[in-house]
Amino acid sequence: MSKQLHNRSQHSATARSETGLSRREAIQWTLIAGGGLTLAALSPSSGSAQGTSVMGASKASSAPFAPNAFVRIGEDNVVTVMCKHTEMGQGSYTGLCTIVADELDADWGQVKAEGAPANAALYNNLMWGQAQGTGGSTAIANSFEQLRQAGATARAMLVSAAAQEWKVPANTITVEKGVVWHKPSKRKATFGALASKAAAQPIPTDVKPKDPKQYVYIGKRVTRTDSPAKVNGSAVFTQDLKLPGMLTAVVAHPPRFGAKVKSFDGSKAKAVAGVVAVVSIPSGVAVVARDFWSAKKGRDALTVEWDESKAVKISSSELLAQYKTLAGQPGAVARKEGDAAAALAKAAKKVEAEFVFPYLAHAAMEPLNCVVQLSKDGCEVWNGEQNQTGDQFALASVLGLKPEQVKLNQLFVGGSFGRRANPSSDYVLEAAFIAKALAGTEHGSAPIKMLWTREDDMRGGYYRPMYLHKVSAGLDAQGQLVAWQQRIVGQSIIAGTPFEKMLVKDGVDMTSVEGAADLPYAVANLRVDLHSPRPGVPVQWWRSVGSTHTAFSVETIVDELAHLAGKDAVAFREGLLSKHPRHVAVLKLAAEKAGWGKPLPTLRAGERRGRGVAVHESFGSYVAQVAEVSVAKDGTFTVDRVVCAVDCGLAINPDQVVAQMEGGLGYGLAAALSGKITLKDGLIEQSNFHDYPVLRMADMPKVEVHIVPSTEKPSGVGEPGTPVIAPAVANALFAATGKRIRTLPISTADLAG
Amino acid sequence: MIRLNVNGKQVNVDVSPDTPLLWVLRDALNMTGTKYGCGMSVCGACTVHVNGSPMRACSTPVSAVVGQKITTIEDIDKNAIGKAVQAAWRKHDVVQCGFCQSGQIMAATALLASNKKPSDADIDAAMSGNLCRCATYVRIRAAIKDAATGLK
Repeated sequence: MSKQLHNRSQHSATARSETGLSRREAIQWTLIAGGGLTLAALSPSSGSAQGTSVMGASKASSAPFAPNAFVRIGEDNVVTVMCKHTEMGQGSYTGLCTIVADELDADWGQVKAEGAPANAALYNNLMWGQAQGTGGSTAIANSFEQLRQAGATARAMLVSAAAQEWKVPANTITVEKGVVWHKPSKRKATFGALASKAAAQPIPTDVKPKDPKQYVYIGKRVTRTDSPAKVNGSAVFTQDLKLPGMLTAVVAHPPRFGAKVKSFDGSKAKAVAGVVAVVSIPSGVAVVARDFWSAKKGRDALTVEWDESKAVKISSSELLAQYKTLAGQPGAVARKEGDAAAALAKAAKKVEAEFVFPYLAHAAMEPLNCVVQLSKDGCEVWNGEQNQTGDQFALASVLGLKPEQVKLNQLFVGGSFGRRANPSSDYVLEAAFIAKALAGTEHGSAPIKMLWTREDDMRGGYYRPMYLHKVSAGLDAQGQLVAWQQRIVGQSIIAGTPFEKMLVKDGVDMTSVEGAADLPYAVANLRVDLHSPRPGVPVQWWRSVGSTHTAFSVETIVDELAHLAGKDAVAFREGLLSKHPRHVAVLKLAAEKAGWGKPLPTLRAGERRGRGVAVHESFGSYVAQVAEVSVAKDGTFTVDRVVCAVDCGLAINPDQVVAQMEGGLGYGLAAALSGKITLKDGLIEQSNFHDYPVLRMADMPKVEVHIVPSTEKPSGVGEPGTPVIAPAVANALFAATGKRIRTLPISTADLAG
Repeated sequence: MIRLNVNGKQVNVDVSPDTPLLWVLRDALNMTGTKYGCGMSVCGACTVHVNGSPMRACSTPVSAVVGQKITTIEDIDKNAIGKAVQAAWRKHDVVQCGFCQSGQIMAATALLASNKKPSDADIDAAMSGNLCRCATYVRIRAAIKDAATGLK
C-alpha cells in the first residue's frame, strides 16, 4: 500500500471522522472498538485472544502463559508468537518472532510463528489506525516497539515467577537463550517449567525494553521460521486446505469488466461427474464440485450469456491516445514551487520526454483462492489474508452478520504483491457469495474452496494502472537544475475505496504522484500535476505502488540531465541531494561497491556494455542500485550484475533485508523486461505465463546487497527494492547504446545497433 | 479404479483417466506439497519425478503414468540428493512465499541426479522452467551449488 497510508499512521479514527466519512467508510473503519488499542493488545484480558492454526484449535491458545496478545508460552517450552501480519514471502513471521525472541531472551529454536486471527482491537496495524492488515512495508515498522514491549513484559513475568519460586530478588536473575538462571545458587529453569507460575504474576506496566547493545538476534542472522515447512511441502497455503465435507468451486467470470450474467445453462455442467451445483453469483456463475478437476470440466461445459451493456470495451491503444490528449492539458496540482513553466522557457538546456507504463498483473505464484464456510453462528474463512478488517466488515455486510461473527483464519500466502489486500474484498466476497448461494441446500454448510485458475487470476483485473508521464526539465547555463514539470495521467487506485478521504486531496490521489511530487532533488521551480481518468478497468496497488512508475521517469530524467550537463550521474545527483543525506549515503555506497567509474570488461565478444544507477526512497527506506548490462547487436540484452545499497533504519533481520532486495529487484526487473497487460476491445489479451512472461532463472542478475548501518527506527523492505531496478537498467542501457528508454516493458528492437 | 505407484506405495484412485496427475495427488491422495500454478506446464510449480525424471504433473493425464514410479516433494528426503537439496535450501533460506519451492526442489534434485557439478549455464537450462515470482533465483543457484559440493 501507499507511503501516504504509512505516513498518516498518527491519524486516529477521530481525525478521519472529522473528514466526514461515507456510510460505507464508517462501517469499514469506525465501528471497530475505539482508542487504546495498543493498551488493549497488551492488557491481561487479551490473553484470551485465540489464535487458530489449520484445521483446529491452536496449540498456542491453550498455553498457560499468555501475558498479552502476542506471546504464548506452553509447558512444552514452546514460545509462540502470534503474528498479526501476513507471511507472504517477505519474512514478516521471522521478523516479528525475532523482536519477541530478543526481548524475551528466548532460544531461537523454541520460537514458533502463528498467524493471528482477525481481531482489530488486538492486532490492528498501528500505521493504519484501527484496521488490521499487511501492506505498505509496515509490518516491522509498526510492530517493533509493540513487540519489544510484549516480549520484555513476558520476560519480566518469567523472572518474577523464578524469583518467587526460588525466594531470591528478581534482580539477581538472568535469562539467556530460553533459560532462566539464578547463577549465585546455580539454579535454572526453562520457560516451560515457569509458564504456569509466570501466568499468575501481576502484569508489570513499566518494563523497559533492552538496550540495543544487548540484542542477541536483532541485527544478526536467524533462520526463517517458515523454511522447514516450505522445503518439505507441508506448509499449508489456501490451495492446500482440506476440511471435512469441503467442496471446490470454479467461477466463470465475464470476459469483460463490468459485464453481468444475463442467463446461463448449467445442465451440461451438472452432468459432469463430481459436479454438485451450478449457481449464479454477482461476479459470474460458479460450478461447485467434489474436486477441482470436476469443477473445471463443469465450467468448460457451462454456457453463459453475458449482459455487456455496462462492460468496458476499450482497447489499450485508445486509452493511450486519450491519455496523450490529457497530457496536453493542465491537471490537478500535486506540487507547485516557483514557476516551472517560466523557468523552463528561460532554461539553457532542456529535456522533454513522454513515458508510457502498461497495466501490470501481480501474478503471484498462488492464484487467488479462498475457503468460506457458513453456519448458523456466522462465517468462517481460511485465506492468505492481507486485509483482515476490510474483509471482515465486507463479509459481515454481504452476509448480514456482525463483524465478530466473521472468523478469519490466517494461512501462508503464495505471494500477493498487494493483490490480496483488495479494497473491494473481491475474491473473498466471491467465495462468500458462492457459499451464500448454496445456503438452504444440502451443501449449505459445506466449506467452499474457491480456486481461480491462472487465467482467472491474470484476467481478473485489479492491475497496476497504465500511466503516461510527460516530463520537462531544464538546466541553466552552468548546468544547474532550474525547472521540473511533470504531468501524470493514470487511474486512481484509491478513488472509490475506503481510503479515498485519507489519500485523495483536492483531486490528487497521493499514490499516483508519490515519488514525483516529493521529488528529492533540489529545484526552485517544480510543478507536478495529475489527471485521473476512469476507464473502468479495476486497478490496485502493486508492490511499491506509485513508485513503480514515478521512480522510473524521475531517475531516467535525472540521468539524462546529468548527461546534458556533462556531469557524472552519481556526482550530479549528489549535488542536488544536500538535504537528503540518506539518499546520498545509499547512492555513494552502491556506487563505491559497484566500482562506479571503472571500465567494464567485455563479457561476450561484440556486445556493448553499460552501467547505470538509480536511487529512490519509498516507505521510509532508501535504496540505490547500480546495474550492469550487456547488449547484443540485435538489441537483446542481459542484466549481468546489480549492486544494491539499502538504508531501512535498524535492520532486524539483515539476511531477510538482503532477500527482499534480491527478490524485490527481481520482481521489478520482470516488469521492466516483459510485464504488460493489454486490452483489445475490453478483452485482456494475456492469460497465463506464456503470454505474460515473468523473470526466469536465466534472466536473474548476480546481486550484491549492502546495508547501511543505522540506529534509526526500522522501516520496511518488502517494496522499496522493486522500483529502483528499472531506471537503473534503463540508464545502463543508455550508457551502452546511447538510447533512452521511454516505454516499459523495454523494447529490445529499439536497442539494436 | 486406477492403480498408481506413488512414493513407493501402490495406491488406487477413483478418478477419470483424463484427470491430470496433479489433481490426483492433491485432491484424491491429499498430497498437497505439489502445487498448481499455471495448468499448462509453463511455471513448474507442479514438478514431480516420474521414474526419476522431472515431469509437469498439471499436464500429465493420470492414465499416462500408470505403472510408472511417481515421486513427490513429500518423499524426496528419502533420496540422498533430495535430502541434500532440502538441507541446502534451509541453509540458504531460499524460500520466500514458498509456493514454487516444492517444484524448484524437485527440479534441482533431478538436475543434480544427472549432473553432479552443474555450471551456471547448466543451472539456467535445468531451472528456467520453474518460475519464482519472489525471484529467489540468486539463492536457488547458491543452494544448488552448495548441495552439489556434498555429493559424490
